[in-house]
Amino acid sequence: MIFIFGLFLLTLLVITAIAIVRTKDLFVAVMLTSIFSLLMAANFFILDAADVALTEAAVGAGVTTVIFLCALALTDDKEKPRQGGRWVAFGTVGVLALLIIYATFDKPRLGDPDAPVHQHIAPWYIEKTTEYIDIPNVVTAILSSFRGYDTLGEVFVVFAACIGVLFILGVSPPRKTRKVTEKNSGLRHHLIPQVVGRLLIPFIVLFGLYVQFHGEYGPGGGFQAGAIIATGVILYALLEGESEALRAIPRGVLLGMVIGGALLYGGVGVACMFMGGAFLDYSVLAVDPIFGQQLGILIIEAGVGMAVCGALLAIFHAFAAREVLS
Amino acid sequence: MNFLELLGYFNYWVFAIILTVGLYAVINKTNLIKKLIGLSIFQSAVFLMYITMDKVEGGTAPIIQKGVEDQIFSNPLPQVLILTAIVVGVSTLSLGLAMVVRISECYGTIEENEILDAD
Amino acid sequence: MIDIALDILSWILLVLGGACVLIGGIGGLRLPNFYTRIHAASLTDTMATILIFVGMMLQAGLTLATLKLFAIMLFLLLTGPTATYALANAALLSGLKPDAGTASDKPKENTPE
Repeated sequence: MIFIFGLFLLTLLVITAIAIVRTKDLFVAVMLTSIFSLLMAANFFILDAADVALTEAAVGAGVTTVIFLCALALTDDKEKPRQGGRWVAFGTVGVLALLIIYATFDKPRLGDPDAPVHQHIAPWYIEKTTEYIDIPNVVTAILSSFRGYDTLGEVFVVFAACIGVLFILGVSPPRKTRKVTEKNSGLRHHLIPQVVGRLLIPFIVLFGLYVQFHGEYGPGGGFQAGAIIATGVILYALLEGESEALRAIPRGVLLGMVIGGALLYGGVGVACMFMGGAFLDYSVLAVDPIFGQQLGILIIEAGVGMAVCGALLAIFHAFAAREVLS
Repeated sequence: MNFLELLGYFNYWVFAIILTVGLYAVINKTNLIKKLIGLSIFQSAVFLMYITMDKVEGGTAPIIQKGVEDQIFSNPLPQVLILTAIVVGVSTLSLGLAMVVRISECYGTIEENEILDAD
Repeated sequence: MIDIALDILSWILLVLGGACVLIGGIGGLRLPNFYTRIHAASLTDTMATILIFVGMMLQAGLTLATLKLFAIMLFLLLTGPTATYALANAALLSGLKPDAGTASDKPKENTPE
């Protein structure tokens, strides 16, 4: 029964993708991209990837839409004219699609337990998680401990993107700009979103903290938690005006969170080296190696959550504080 | 072919179609934001292919529960890779959008042919 | 006996919830004006949410999952109508008049605040 649902979701995905490309209005395209991300998250959940579904829903359908809308508000361009010469592109893309479809006939069928991808290292990870680390969520164990280097690189990528956006948008615009007056900012004179938003924001932040600390026991972890907490603060910035949100969490604190998160992760690795193990080998952090692994995972997940939350908020404020060209 | 095989191939065909739709948006549209949207669709299609590969029939999400023996799990390794890829994707997207905002301020437009003409 | 009664009841509720979603979807496509389409969308937000979630809660029995479903239902009931209100408010502020006679959606000129 779930297969029919999976087929239906995939068909909806294709229809949404074609609608995104065909529409002329950019605002409609951004809204459809958000729906596309949500459908993709549902698809991931059907394919047993709970962590990935949570991340795609929080990051794709939440933060990406907000950043796109900020960029749309700044570039002031809503429509897009047509252009000619489409048949060459159609032809190339059609040939590519046929080639890929021809190549997929060699793949193993869906769910085959004898497929090569399930053979070599994945059963080893599933077995040894109970023996070395002893936490229920295998994905977090692999992400933080067995493949910790990749996650360290990812935190640095997020850090680099944040710094890049702050550099690019740190230059003031070349022409005269129109200041957004205090009266216009925020939804302060709309009563219902304010009331509901004020009710919900503490629970959103609480849920983000829950996801952060339960990353070892169920789907969750640092990335999802950072995205959820950033979404809560962005909701506050939308309701009260962006300067109020900057007063609540100033820019210095945001940058400190990004830098502190990256340093925390690297610092745990260096501390492991000082205590006699290899870089990012958490077993030496405590007397009992299993407890040392769990302690290490807890600290680096906190570092990842801080870095992602700080980076997303800093990027949002960089876009939102930009004055619109008059 | 029985139904499960057809569903498996259908997953891969959908991946091929969404990939090429995203690629068409990147190479054919002149609006810069449309190109970035097409790029994000392209990335999502690649994620779909990786997560399709990790499903084992009869398996569940890879969370070990105490006291339940002999459970079949789906492969956790592609999920780890895609978790990283999603966050890297949103970082790249925000950087690209920052550049589009700056281009629009300096040139006044975000259509590619008009920008190339103005240079 | 009580299991079968619970099963039948949750089946009825789920089917009714699905019918509400279908009606909301058809309304969103066929109704003429923007404001009437918002009415159709809000049917999905409230009635269908309650029916489907109560049906699922009956299936889950008295476990932790029921409490989580109840919390999610509360969240959806709180945010769905707020989003509908924000949409209608934004349309009104940007000049779209709730004119019952017209069948077109062209916004009238922009009235700045």
